[in-house]
Amino acid sequence: MDTKLIVSASPHLRSEETTTGLMANVIVALVPCVVASAIIFGLRALLVTAVSVVASVAFEWLYCKLLKKPNPVGDLSAVVTGIILALNVPVGMPIGELIVGDFVAIIVVKQLFGGIGMNFANPALVGRIFLFISFAGEMNTWVYPDAAVDQLSSATPLKVADPSKLSLLDLFMGVHGGVLGETCALAIVLGLIYLVATKTISAAIPASYIGSMFIFYLISTRSLHGALVGVLSGGLLFGAVYMATDYVTSPFTLKGKLIYGVALGIVTFAIREWGSYAEGVSFALLFMNLWVPYINDLTRQTPYGYIKPAKPAKEAAGK
Amino acid sequence: MLNKLKRAALGAHTPHDKATAASKPVPMPLPAQVRILMSQHIGAPAKALVKKGDEVFVGTKIGEAGGFVSANIHSSVSGTVAAVEPYRLSNGRMCDSVVIKTDGKQTVDPAVQAPEVTDKASFLAAVRECGLVGLGGAGFPTDVKLQPKDPVDTLLINASECEVWLTSDTQEMLLCADDIIRGIQAVLKYVGIPKCVIGIENNKPECIDLLCQKTKDTPEIEVKPLPSVYGTGAELILIEKCLGREVPHGGLPAAAGAIVMNVTSVSSLGKYLATGMPVVSRCITVDGDACANPQNLIVPVGTSYEDVLNAAGLKPGVTLGKVVAGGAMMGPAVKDLSYPTTKTTSGLIMLSDVAAQPPQVNPCIRCGRCVEYCPMGLEPVEVNQAYAARDVQTLGKLHVDYCFNCGSCTFVCPAKRPCTQMMGLAKAFYLGEIKKGGNK
Repeated sequence: MDTKLIVSASPHLRSEETTTGLMANVIVALVPCVVASAIIFGLRALLVTAVSVVASVAFEWLYCKLLKKPNPVGDLSAVVTGIILALNVPVGMPIGELIVGDFVAIIVVKQLFGGIGMNFANPALVGRIFLFISFAGEMNTWVYPDAAVDQLSSATPLKVADPSKLSLLDLFMGVHGGVLGETCALAIVLGLIYLVATKTISAAIPASYIGSMFIFYLISTRSLHGALVGVLSGGLLFGAVYMATDYVTSPFTLKGKLIYGVALGIVTFAIREWGSYAEGVSFALLFMNLWVPYINDLTRQTPYGYIKPAKPAKEAAGK
Repeated sequence: MLNKLKRAALGAHTPHDKATAASKPVPMPLPAQVRILMSQHIGAPAKALVKKGDEVFVGTKIGEAGGFVSANIHSSVSGTVAAVEPYRLSNGRMCDSVVIKTDGKQTVDPAVQAPEVTDKASFLAAVRECGLVGLGGAGFPTDVKLQPKDPVDTLLINASECEVWLTSDTQEMLLCADDIIRGIQAVLKYVGIPKCVIGIENNKPECIDLLCQKTKDTPEIEVKPLPSVYGTGAELILIEKCLGREVPHGGLPAAAGAIVMNVTSVSSLGKYLATGMPVVSRCITVDGDACANPQNLIVPVGTSYEDVLNAAGLKPGVTLGKVVAGGAMMGPAVKDLSYPTTKTTSGLIMLSDVAAQPPQVNPCIRCGRCVEYCPMGLEPVEVNQAYAARDVQTLGKLHVDYCFNCGSCTFVCPAKRPCTQMMGLAKAFYLGEIKKGGNK
């Protein structure tokens, strides 16, 4: 047995979980939304999604090729960004503009800041906001589902004058105007269940975000129906499940996650109720993304055996 | 729930690979020579009492404790001292070692007699004489442990064996339950501790059943099944799980009113009190994907790793890639197979060159798993940034010095980053800077 031995630091075992595996879980969780968007908005939804994925992956590959960096395409994170961005645009989105959005997401927000794990905000989110501001006309041209025949087909539910007449079932099934992925609550809930069951994400952020929004609507509309309409409308569910839970741009600790979720709720509600936009989820997410380092700093875990410094003088000496 | 807000400390779900759990320990063939280190414990090395040419027997004292925190060393074989020479320990320090050529007779030293124990003083003297140290791995001298400075109300027996692959404690419990009880009762009686809790992970139901049955007439001894989560067997975590108390940072378990002993240590104490034979050999689990016959072997202290591995055999057609001394999570990788076993060697794991290949390291995705799974409630992902910037102040705020290298963060990391290694480097850097007094 006079072989040369490999020496490395312990531990000598690793869990099965990989970055690629986690991203694949997110992709699987997005499948119901993609399928629902195709059913509700027609097959062009699939084209939009496919183009966005291909463009995202191509931008990532090209950037790393040009800068002679290791090829990160295998980690599937660009695929996730591509799908999420596609699900954030209306079905009639011109393809060229969508590709511009992918460029902003992958090159500007992700790669220029150092690639996976280094982005200050969710790439797909900034891509969406970029499109929303730059191509306001296209981004607000809701193409309406063929299936919907009632008033829901005439506008995104957030702009309906009398929300009390909205059918909760239609809202839940997603047969109303909106961007591709956000309308079908059923698909989003399925995705959430999958993500939590596979321990890809913790339920803390979606629960506190959606929960706080529900309570705010309950207080402001004083009706259960109103609160449910508020929660089921717009991008809240999609944002809370797929975008607020982005690892890089959400806090680490349970305490931090709960604070982050409730703060998202407050900002979203404020924008929706008192701001000039009907939809507040994107801007609330971007705003709160920037706060994450501070939330992390203020919501540290208490380590085992931590003794609170008795006197300020002692602390100064100890540190 | 409130505790989770304080710190998640989920505990990594390491695989319960305990292939040798049912393997009764068998004595390995006697090696031609043994090298007995004079430092097998925390504290000052022992001073060698023998010189070249001396004849020694099994149980002959060959090393005298070199200080208060130190331990006697006994010969594990009968034979002739071939050399007393310095040897480099795995931690890099030099230390004396006694090389003994075995005569194959394994004659027991006539001085090995059951000690006479009548009161606390004679009990502690006996414990000191037998050179018992914590056999779980730390090697803290037991007699020092049994003289706590703080009032202690519980003796905690660490029988969790949460490490992957190791089963020597399991076998000790199944085969030597009476010695364990005798050892516990002696400690309770002479040190004056009212009760004892034996913490066992619930993946060892047969051990729990046996010890429950053996202790049903001794109300002062409680057997406590614990969830099978990696980290349970760490002294500090065990105290938290069994007693709901935390040991203040930097303190000994006695600061939380507990003394923690490994189950094999207390069993060895029971054996010594009955027979007078100190720990001269121990059960070592030999396992791993490159091992032909995974099994528990009774190995004389000082046997080279190579002799132990040869006794278990290398799987034909497999190239040995890595040998781990101890469990998968905390055991160090061995660089030299001529290194001798000590009282605290609990396992030798043979990994094939395929299994030993390090995984590809990817960028951190800040998923926070290292934070959620750290049993101490630390935040390796943040430490990583602070250490990269050599930011002493932030490292202090992140309490990097609380890390005890359990390996959970590296285990759970989906990007396969060597987080634990980074924590160790950051901790050493931080403590070094603090010592220098810089960056206050």
